[in-house]
Amino acid sequence: MKTVKPRKNPLVMFIHKLGSPPWFYDFTGKFVPWLWAVFAGLTVWGLYLGLFVAPPDYLQGESYRIMYIHVPAAWMSMMIYVLMAFMGFIALIWRIRTMEIMAMNSAPIGAAFTLIALATGSLWGRPTWGAYWVWDARLTSELVLLFLYLGVIGLYKAMDEPRKAARAASLLALVGLVNLPIIHFSVKWWNTLHQGSSISMTGSKIDPSMLWPLLIMAIAMKFYYGANLITRSRVTLLEQDLRKGWTRGVIGDAAKERKS
Amino acid sequence: MSGAFLALLRRDLLLAFRRRTELLFPVAFLLVVVSLFPLGIGPGPALLARIAPGVIWIAALLATVISLDGLFRSDYDDGTLEQFILSGHPLTLIVLAKIVAHWLVAGLPLVLLSPLLAIWMNLPMESLGVLIVTLLLGTPILSLIGSIGVGLTLSLKRGGQLLSLLVFPLYVPILILATAAVMAVADGLPYGAFLGLLTAGLVTSVTLAPFAAAAALKISLS
Repeated sequence: MKTVKPRKNPLVMFIHKLGSPPWFYDFTGKFVPWLWAVFAGLTVWGLYLGLFVAPPDYLQGESYRIMYIHVPAAWMSMMIYVLMAFMGFIALIWRIRTMEIMAMNSAPIGAAFTLIALATGSLWGRPTWGAYWVWDARLTSELVLLFLYLGVIGLYKAMDEPRKAARAASLLALVGLVNLPIIHFSVKWWNTLHQGSSISMTGSKIDPSMLWPLLIMAIAMKFYYGANLITRSRVTLLEQDLRKGWTRGVIGDAAKERKS
Repeated sequence: MSGAFLALLRRDLLLAFRRRTELLFPVAFLLVVVSLFPLGIGPGPALLARIAPGVIWIAALLATVISLDGLFRSDYDDGTLEQFILSGHPLTLIVLAKIVAHWLVAGLPLVLLSPLLAIWMNLPMESLGVLIVTLLLGTPILSLIGSIGVGLTLSLKRGGQLLSLLVFPLYVPILILATAAVMAVADGLPYGAFLGLLTAGLVTSVTLAPFAAAAALKISLS
């Protein structure tokens, strides 16, 4: 009988190892402080450029500066939903527990970004549209996105068994992902009060001095998502594995006290 | 394979017919909800006609979600659902049979009742035909998408309350398309595109939703 040699491909080995909770915990512990540091540095830089260096808008004056929070948050709210559904897909098929935890911990972060996008959008709407809330396509689809997030979080929290809950909520996230293109098309169909998108693939209509802080903030928010997601997932792993051997070395005395 | 489908469809319809009074609950619910709108807003015919498509459709959404809770409930409680999975027949087909039975029992009466609702809400007669078509195309989609939510919440004690949070966001596009079609008739605009998109939604959800619902049931029973 021929023996099957274990695959030595470093990338496969790396992904394989990430599925192991102790290895995941050790590995992410090494670079998560760097993610937080890069996020803090980029945010300070981006906000300084956006709030102090960039010139006021000729039409909207100073009020446009809320864009440096609003637009990255709105981008993140959609990106995180897609990533959550994608990680849920992987978790459903290969049943990788760290992936289930990452998918489920994405939901509160994404919901928070959606809430920030809605709140800053309505604050921005008061000086530009004259109303806090207007039922235009983008605000409405952002609101539906918030409901989709709340559904995923609600289903996950309602079930007692975390792994079953994660699989159920991942399936719901995948079903919700079908709704995202329809949200996108609803933006195209409806004639809205919202100003048309200023950033497109072919070229930008904003001045570079206003665009750079926006891009820096967008990248800073991605680092925030990564840092927050990994920090949350590490805590969830510890909580779920409190009675397993590998956590003893990590939390030491704290685990012994909870056990007794 | 189609034998199992038809047998299950007959069984569910027979069970529903044996409990005839329960068949009337979603219908009575729809009537009560729609009758509340003139009472709350006022009997002005022009205003009622304007909001009629939205009111009738929202009432149909609510009535569907209320009836959905019973889709798999009794089969889950007495263990029949586990026997279905063990039976060797594709669970997707079984789920589809149950959804078809659910629509015939809870969805079709809403369609049949819509002319009365249209008269109550003073909907113009020329819009009625399109309203019926949107309900015929749309209510099966509601049952199909809803079955996924029911499958996911089945093992929860208070699943019914969570169900509305899970499925209403998914119903948004259907509500928009259906009411846009009926309102387009009143405004003298072409409505064919909306009906075409609703048909596309129906075809897509018949094809995909039973698979998702079957997967949801397997998670709930694991």
